[in-house]
Amino acid sequence: MNPALFDLVVAVARIAVMLAFCLTLVVVFTWVERKGAAYIQDRRGPNRAAIFGIRAWGLFHPMADALKFLFKEDFIPDRAHRLFYQIAPMFALAPVIMTIAVIPFGPDVTLFGRRIALQIADLNVGILYIFAVSGMTVYGVVLAGWSSGSKYPLLGGLRSSAQMLSYEVSMGLSLMGIFMVFQSVRLSQIVAAQGGLLFGVLPKWGVFVQPLGFVLFLVAQYAEANRTPFDLPEGESELVAGYHTEYGSFKFSMFMMAEYFHMVVGAAILSTLFFGGWQFPYLGDTGFLFPGGAGFALPPALVFLLRIGSFVGKVVFFAWLYVWVRWTIPRFRYDQVMRLGWKMMLPLSLANLFATGLILLLPGR
Amino acid sequence: MTIGIRKVARPREMTFPESLYLVEIVKGLGVTMGHMLRNIVRQEGIMTMEYPEVRRRMPPRFRGRHRLMRRPDGSPRCVACYCCATACPAKCITIVAGESPDPAVEKYPVRFDIDMLRCVFCGLCVEACPCDAIRMDTGWFTPPDDSREKLIFTIDVLLEK
Repeated sequence: MNPALFDLVVAVARIAVMLAFCLTLVVVFTWVERKGAAYIQDRRGPNRAAIFGIRAWGLFHPMADALKFLFKEDFIPDRAHRLFYQIAPMFALAPVIMTIAVIPFGPDVTLFGRRIALQIADLNVGILYIFAVSGMTVYGVVLAGWSSGSKYPLLGGLRSSAQMLSYEVSMGLSLMGIFMVFQSVRLSQIVAAQGGLLFGVLPKWGVFVQPLGFVLFLVAQYAEANRTPFDLPEGESELVAGYHTEYGSFKFSMFMMAEYFHMVVGAAILSTLFFGGWQFPYLGDTGFLFPGGAGFALPPALVFLLRIGSFVGKVVFFAWLYVWVRWTIPRFRYDQVMRLGWKMMLPLSLANLFATGLILLLPGR
Repeated sequence: MTIGIRKVARPREMTFPESLYLVEIVKGLGVTMGHMLRNIVRQEGIMTMEYPEVRRRMPPRFRGRHRLMRRPDGSPRCVACYCCATACPAKCITIVAGESPDPAVEKYPVRFDIDMLRCVFCGLCVEACPCDAIRMDTGWFTPPDDSREKLIFTIDVLLEK
């Protein structure tokens, strides 16, 4: 096959696979959120939408929701800024989708004698690209808040800009430790480096080498994704629905999609940086090798499937964690969010950075 | 007279592990997961009632939608005396009386409409009725409908129940 054509096909296929995976999770998690919330709160949750009488525990509700949004009137409020009001949902959704480009979702595979990295783009700036792009999502929220020409969205937009900027700082700093340990910002190298063993027992995952960094990054991620306990931009008890109060029909649904996409991408980044990405514990290229020296060989196809499955499982778990936390913890007060961000998270991430550097510089390493 | 000092119980100070929140959050996650797993395993423990299929049993004295009673021969028991319409605080009962074909009965209702959209379910019509012709013991609300006209119940509808 023509090499240029082959590259093109591979590139398109990788994008298609990753996008399909993420979008499916987005759709499924709108259902998981509603159903999980219901079961956590001793309710039944959605169970009415049916196709040919099959209800399937309400699994068709996301489809019904999307159809409903499509057929709603696409209105623009009288006092809204027409241009910004319309591009705000795009600004919210597009950057989040762009972040999936650098997440490795599987080990390299050999196809027709060529090695193919299962990652849309193996950028050498890796995680910095994610920071740069996901930093733009705040524009979507602020634009939506400001251009709606209404007071509650404005308050929501202001809150979210302050909150996202504050937590971006500790989010970046909490990851510095990871970069120092794994000596790279390239995500494929970070994942590959997590295949080793720590002290000969534990997998060398980011969560074991940087436990504090993990907690800080997790909290910052929740704040970045505007999820409970940091969902002040849309705090419905105070701001009606916050920045998307004035939005309806498919524009509203784009904000919803952006939120769930943020969840899925956040889960993918979290599992890539701190839980070994596609690495399966104690699984080498040829089979399992346990710390005691015991082990057994596995066919390469099974190893590959286990690794992909491990990535999918981690992403699903951490996306579920977002839902789980949302229905467990109440919302913070605004000053508490700011205090936590600047007075707790920032010093802790700096201390973590310092401690990591100190240990790395210790003689005898 | 001096002002007394009263000791009020304050919430105790948080211990250090509590003030870190993390352990408490994990405990909270345990509680919610427990609820979820229990509800998935034992669906009957969920309080939600699936309304159109499953209906709540109302208490026996519940004042529900009205019904008109019949005599043994099938004619309405109502004698169109207007007592209920007079007693009704919402003025939702409209009666048109006609002369009854039965020589023992003076009048009968040609029309007997209850505007269910105005009815306040106070039960005064039942108390006012001298013939026990109207009752509110159907044990259910007015079912929802999609037009105002359908919710004005005529004598045929009221006699059905």
